Amino acid sequence: MAVGSDGRGLRVVGKPVRKVDGLSKCAGVTLFADDIVLPRMLFCKLHRAPVPHARIVRVDISKAARMPGVMAVLTGKDLPIPFGILPVSQDEHALCLDKVRFVGDPVAAVAAVDEDTAFDAMNAIEVEYEPLDAMMSIEEAIRKPSPRIHEYGDEGNIHKKIALEFGDVERGFHDADQVFEDTFYYEGSTHLPMEQHAAVAAVDPDGKLTVWSSTQTPHYVHRALAKVLNMPPARIRVIACPNGGGFGGKSDPFNHEIVVAKLSLLIGRPVKVTLTREEVFYCHRGRHPVLMQIKTGVTRDGAIKAMHFKSYLDGGGYGSYGVASTYYTGALQTVTYPVENYKFDGLRCFTNKPPCGPKRGHGTPQPRFALEVHLDKIAERLGIDPAALRLGHLVPPQSLTANYLRVGSMGLAKCIDAVVEGSGWKQKFRHLPSGKGIGLACSSYICGAGLPIYWNNMPHTGVQLKLDRGGGVAVFCGEIDIGQGSDTVLAQVVAEVLGIDPYDIRIVFGDTDLTPVDLGSYSSRVTLMMGNAAIQAAERARELLATAVSEKLGIPAERVGFGGGQVFDVEGPERALSFADAVVAAEARFGTIGTVGSYTPPPSAARYKGSGVGPSPAYSYSAAVVELDVDPRTGWVRVDRVHLAHDVGRCINPVLVVGQVEGSVYMGLGEALMEEQVFRANRGGVHRQPSLLEYKSPTTMEMPDVVTYIIEDPDPNGPFGAKEVGQGPLLPIAPAVVNAVYDAVGVRIDEVPVTPEKILKALDSPAKRFGPKGVPEVRWPDPIRVPTPWEGGTGRAAADRRPAEARR
Amino acid sequence: MPQNVKRRRGRGRDSAAASHSSRSKVHLRLRVNGEEQEVACAPHSTLLEVLREDLRLTGTKHGCELGECGTCTVLLDGRPQLSCLLLTLECEGRPIVTVEGLAEGPRPHPLQIAFAELGAAQCGYCTPGILCAARSLLDARPSPTRQEIREALSGNLCRCTGYLKIFEAVELAARRMKDPAAQPSEETLHGRRL
Repeated sequence: MAVGSDGRGLRVVGKPVRKVDGLSKCAGVTLFADDIVLPRMLFCKLHRAPVPHARIVRVDISKAARMPGVMAVLTGKDLPIPFGILPVSQDEHALCLDKVRFVGDPVAAVAAVDEDTAFDAMNAIEVEYEPLDAMMSIEEAIRKPSPRIHEYGDEGNIHKKIALEFGDVERGFHDADQVFEDTFYYEGSTHLPMEQHAAVAAVDPDGKLTVWSSTQTPHYVHRALAKVLNMPPARIRVIACPNGGGFGGKSDPFNHEIVVAKLSLLIGRPVKVTLTREEVFYCHRGRHPVLMQIKTGVTRDGAIKAMHFKSYLDGGGYGSYGVASTYYTGALQTVTYPVENYKFDGLRCFTNKPPCGPKRGHGTPQPRFALEVHLDKIAERLGIDPAALRLGHLVPPQSLTANYLRVGSMGLAKCIDAVVEGSGWKQKFRHLPSGKGIGLACSSYICGAGLPIYWNNMPHTGVQLKLDRGGGVAVFCGEIDIGQGSDTVLAQVVAEVLGIDPYDIRIVFGDTDLTPVDLGSYSSRVTLMMGNAAIQAAERARELLATAVSEKLGIPAERVGFGGGQVFDVEGPERALSFADAVVAAEARFGTIGTVGSYTPPPSAARYKGSGVGPSPAYSYSAAVVELDVDPRTGWVRVDRVHLAHDVGRCINPVLVVGQVEGSVYMGLGEALMEEQVFRANRGGVHRQPSLLEYKSPTTMEMPDVVTYIIEDPDPNGPFGAKEVGQGPLLPIAPAVVNAVYDAVGVRIDEVPVTPEKILKALDSPAKRFGPKGVPEVRWPDPIRVPTPWEGGTGRAAADRRPAEARR
Repeated sequence: MPQNVKRRRGRGRDSAAASHSSRSKVHLRLRVNGEEQEVACAPHSTLLEVLREDLRLTGTKHGCELGECGTCTVLLDGRPQLSCLLLTLECEGRPIVTVEGLAEGPRPHPLQIAFAELGAAQCGYCTPGILCAARSLLDARPSPTRQEIREALSGNLCRCTGYLKIFEAVELAARRMKDPAAQPSEETLHGRRL
């Protein structure tokens, strides 16, 4: 299609179209998982472990099973097949088999006629535990290799150790004018979706199972159910309900989904489970706490000659996405500013806390925080303005990074210019009165992972169209709207290609029986991947219609245009058929009109072990300037305004883009200033504040104004040039806050959240700093050594894994 | 063990009360969205439970059932109340308005239209409660200031929007209730252009 780089010629894409599901949500008619009620439905409750680490000696379900109204009780032995989101960490059981690994790990489940009875039966289950030593921190897990939380993993309680080197960092440090080193800590936080997870399972009389769930990944739930229930996937249907917020927290297949399915199969009646808010806190899979050390060698003008990044992740009790999270803490440092030589050492510990996994930004906010605060310090030491330092050293578009990530469009310069100009940065930075501060940070994020979670060579997404004689178009896709607006993006893309009104489109989503597979709403993949598949499907339909209409009008097919609900001769638009008549003509000519489209990311340039994480069809870019006030007497921080510019490639819907930016800024501020998913080591590993009141998140009273600048630098791999916006704008917020706090009161808070207590301690300390002192001693393996593109590398690892010194 | 991990949804409840519930119910007359409704429910049922489970008005959502998040907000006597903390017994005969009762027939309330238009509902889960709270605000203050909106909605948590589009949608609805032609600003829809 002929679309100018400025978006001219687009009729639907780029317009502030009202969300296609917006009015339904505002009318309260959208059905979320817990809104589903089926005849004869039973209720399920899970009996959860009260101890963080223990062997299960005995589970006595007899009292519960005898209670009137109780239909079934399950224990681990009823579901002995392990599962997990990643093929390398199939380490979960729907109900614990022989040991429990965190407070809240489910041990047994009941189904009963109503929730009250299920609750009483759950409490009547007796479990005897033999307590084991619990690991409650990164340091403890590294120091104490036994007892092991899992019998697999790289060593002791270290789940995964990674060492990668691109080029030769020691040589880079040697060539640098100055070398800087810093240590940072990023506290864990949780997604806190307003909707608690819920699932309903029902069995047809012919034995087919249907599971409705608040999941971001129906396809992976489908696979996990088939595996654990040992059932043919063809007999299982998973329907993802619109998610009442996800943010990554509904991306794993969950024990409660499997449990209700099993109970429904056993009893032959529908079974529902809805987690309590407290259970949602223990379900978690949120932001990993990460300890980080960064060492960077720079030239006098700030070019990065070498960087060595170390990260230590607190993984919690299970694998979840953790191996990928660990790689992500080392992957995207290279896509903003060129890093000539880069080394990454990363490890993830198992600890006896709820498992960590992907939360908005997955594994990237932590290292981005470290890198951007580190650069702020470097800029000051070099006497360069932090904005100028970054602008002087940007990764060029259409280039390969040291770790073989292929950057396409790169609009970071425009982003920095926008926030610098918009905020009056040059007049304010280091010129504001004491107590007032301004800080800047930048970032980048993937638009979908280049590789699927389980190895296969099929598309990552598929879209199917059915055109109706009345002019309506049904669009089938396995995507699931978690609030980000993917249904609307899908409708707009199809409407654009077919020249129709997006409200003439019906979206059928997230149903493994009805819709082609889409891998799910994670890794900011949906707009780019689904959008490309939708364009392909719609263009195929368009071709059929164009052929039929060209015959009717007696013009060549290339002259047929689509727009405004008409199919017309572009050289004489008065010669036209309505879209509905065009469908009728095409159906008469070709039979029923249905088309498909799919999308597979381009092959990655990276060929080394561990290169599955990082490559993406495109990278989005963001720059943020935060303006705030710090009260030096109380340490209280009040954020006045955030300026956020985001390179979204092409804006498909500005209202959705601005909404994702504002929501990301909000969530970033929560992590920067208050949110903490923390546990009481001295109280048996319980959550410190598992309630919406005590787990502090920003309210209407704390939320500052956000000025959003949409930057469009179309990427050749994006649909109409579009890139992601759901996660990227969160990333620069925490470092921009910390840099602004330094500008305001001259203390470095190398740890988030930045609480008043930390600011006061830093103000009182001789170093004017609060943050971790160092990192634990760890024996890192010899790195996988990959020559950089500028060393003539091919993306493959060198055969020689000896340390750099020995190689020289 | 944190005792409340085991709680039914959010609240603690002892067995006696639970088994009592299956035996004797109370018979109540409720006025929901202008309609008389009769329900038979356990005496300890919350309004939230009765609305969702007995009357099938699932537009009212729940986020904690402990009175912490505002998600279950409905209007009782025209004022925003947390339906998870109200005993249904207390509500007999008093006017109750839920999100299903905001529209006038087929015409959505201006708040509902503005919320949909500006993306003030992303996932839409906190939306029904916020709409009820905002409706109450506009009833009392037809032209609220930004600060009044912040305060009126300070008991409602939203994790998607960062609240800003919600503020703007309330302001737009307020303007439209006086001038139906009122439009959102260019910056609200497109961000700031330099």
